[in-house]
Amino acid sequence: MIVPATPPKVRVVTLKIDDKDLSAREDETILEVARQNRIAIPSLCFLEGLSIWGACRLCVVEMKGSSRLLSACSTRVTEGMEVQTNTERLRHYRRVILELLFAERNHVCSVCVSNGNCELQSLAQSCGLDHVRVPYRTSVYEVDPTHDLFRLDHNRCILCTRCVRVCDEIEGAHTWDVMGRGIGCRVVTDLKRPWGESASCTGCGKCVQVCPTGALVSQGTSAGEMRKDRRFLPYLSQMRGVR
Amino acid sequence: MNIDELRDVAEKVREEAAKCSHCLRVCTAAGCQSSGAGAVVEGLKAAVGDNPQVQVKSVGCMGLCSGGPLVEVESREGGSKVMYQKVTPGDASEIVESLGGRPVERLVCPTDIPFFASQQKIVLENSGVIDPEEIDDYIAADGYQALVTSLTEMQPDDVLREVTRSGLRGRGGGGYPTGLKWSTVAKMPAEQKFVVCNADEGDPGAFMDRGVLESDPHRVLEGMAIAAYAVGASRGYIYIRAEYPLAIERLKTAIRQAGRRRLLGLNICETRFSFDVEIRLGAGAFVCGEETALMASVEGLRGQPRPRPPYPAQEGLWGYPTLINNVETFGNVPSIIRHGGEWFAGIGTENSKGTKIFALAGRIQHTGLIEVPMGIPLREIVHTIGGGIPEGRTFKAVQTGGPSGGCIPESHLDVSVDYDNLRQVGSIMGSGGMIVMDDTSSMVDVARYFMDFCASESCGKCVPCRVGTHEMHGLLDKIARGQGTAADLALLEELCEVVQATSLCGLGQTAPNPVLSTLRYFRHEYEQLLRPSDDEKPASGGQVVTEAKS
Repeated sequence: MIVPATPPKVRVVTLKIDDKDLSAREDETILEVARQNRIAIPSLCFLEGLSIWGACRLCVVEMKGSSRLLSACSTRVTEGMEVQTNTERLRHYRRVILELLFAERNHVCSVCVSNGNCELQSLAQSCGLDHVRVPYRTSVYEVDPTHDLFRLDHNRCILCTRCVRVCDEIEGAHTWDVMGRGIGCRVVTDLKRPWGESASCTGCGKCVQVCPTGALVSQGTSAGEMRKDRRFLPYLSQMRGVR
Repeated sequence: MNIDELRDVAEKVREEAAKCSHCLRVCTAAGCQSSGAGAVVEGLKAAVGDNPQVQVKSVGCMGLCSGGPLVEVESREGGSKVMYQKVTPGDASEIVESLGGRPVERLVCPTDIPFFASQQKIVLENSGVIDPEEIDDYIAADGYQALVTSLTEMQPDDVLREVTRSGLRGRGGGGYPTGLKWSTVAKMPAEQKFVVCNADEGDPGAFMDRGVLESDPHRVLEGMAIAAYAVGASRGYIYIRAEYPLAIERLKTAIRQAGRRRLLGLNICETRFSFDVEIRLGAGAFVCGEETALMASVEGLRGQPRPRPPYPAQEGLWGYPTLINNVETFGNVPSIIRHGGEWFAGIGTENSKGTKIFALAGRIQHTGLIEVPMGIPLREIVHTIGGGIPEGRTFKAVQTGGPSGGCIPESHLDVSVDYDNLRQVGSIMGSGGMIVMDDTSSMVDVARYFMDFCASESCGKCVPCRVGTHEMHGLLDKIARGQGTAADLALLEELCEVVQATSLCGLGQTAPNPVLSTLRYFRHEYEQLLRPSDDEKPASGGQVVTEAKS
């Protein structure tokens, strides 16, 4: 005898992204669906396997019927949704957001350990950023070299909080967090103790590997030498499930 | 407690009051307290002595903060009332001696002026009348009738219908239809739901919520309990900023008293409905007035917003459906249930029903709290109720909606106050702060002040708000100092657009509004301050290129 199927908990919906007809599970986000279908949407704070943060605002998209822009990483798809990811207006906004990031701290690619291997740098190139018109803040930030294996350079931090989330959600150590507010925000280890003195840090290095820029790097690297080892990234979501 | 027991309590309070010939009400809200109302109460009590005929009562805000400390004398026989302003403890014996005779002329504050006469009070109906620390006083003013009626005679759906019919919109600033929000939460299938009262009032120059909580805290509790019954919640939080110690103290007292009278807690009115309220204190971050940041803070996390959707009505506190409304919104609810949604919908305009509380501040004759029907012309608020601009100066602009709002110039002063009209003239209703500016104010300075506020209150989570507000403040500062060029102004406008469109939460999305609205109406003030850019400067002895063009 055939047992009637129980209705599935998640439905499948159809939607349009950049005029392409697509199907997706309704628990997926616009960004996930776009990437499955090779539609590139720039992002910095998003990392598959980590919780959604929605803070870099580079993945904002236009949706038909909504006057507000939506962040693709945090918005789930709905039936009949029509999304545009690459209009002139969005490209302009993304360039300005990148300009703001470059102006905020001291991103000087030519002397950076991550030169040629940096997500901020490659995004700037792919988004066509050739000049920064926003005045640079030129504040000098400190460098924390106290850890045996790794180094933190606030001058190159973009506050994407990937390090905070990977440390809390995957490693389970919660060594990292954010202090201060507004332009005074910065990432800290253990209530702003030097990283080398951190009692909670396990030295696993996941924070260094997920950092998109040259803010978290291995000790002993110099200009252009830092290559991040991201072989474990595809397994992040499984690792999160283990806990 | 049922409706008859409520009536008994009310009767007892009225009998007690009838024994006195005179009642002296002293405003002890924060405004009057800071000008010495505490000592006035002591002085009056000492002057009255043990005369049982005269009652001295500490009450909430009477509205006219610029006249504080305020004392109102009511005589039971004729029902006549006299208000005294700027009372000192030294005046106490004179006031007490004048009872039954002629009032003390030099202290009299006329109450037939438009400031009092043009108001229509719903949320503030008990402010300045009842003792906010006495639940029985509130019950005597028909308090908790709406809650008891809802629980014993109405289904949750009936309550939702009344609130929807009333047309009430959120008073925190957004103006979202309250009935719609309530029914969304009510329809969510969940075993646990929450009701949250947002009392994290942070706009510079705004003190509406403080006034309500200090003057009539039970009204807010009653509104929350009715909301909880309607949406099916059993737990409530009041998120209030720690800078309001008096409001917190009075709320605590109110929660304790309501619990003792079994109007909060387990099985209210012997029904199956239970509702508990807890207070959570904000630690001074403006962004915690944003609902998702507020929820993070209640949960004990860093107070920063998260993207919406999902909205709190779907996934709120600890992931459960949560109803978040402002103090004033909840304050309207008991009156709506008592008099019916139709009655409320009869006040105000087509799309904005009821009344609105405004806090008048700045360069205006009468500063204080007012409650007026929606649709009243802005000019009437500023020039008639507010009494116009002091010291013979002229009106320049009125700022509504705080750092998210805009400046409205003389030419738009005839606009009638409702959600949609204010949006059309480039400002917003906001929570009700109104700062009046005269011709001595520089609008560039105003924009710079609000941008400084937003930059230092940005939580720092999203890039456009964290860096954008900081950069915009830098550009405004440069322009205000006479160092800016036309290119700086153009960049400022470009940043305004990007920050408005891409920021994560309301703080960033509305931070450019003060700049945009002052640019819209006072662009010449910006342009006057610009210096020629280096390319336009004449070479030694040469002509300015731009001049040659004309």
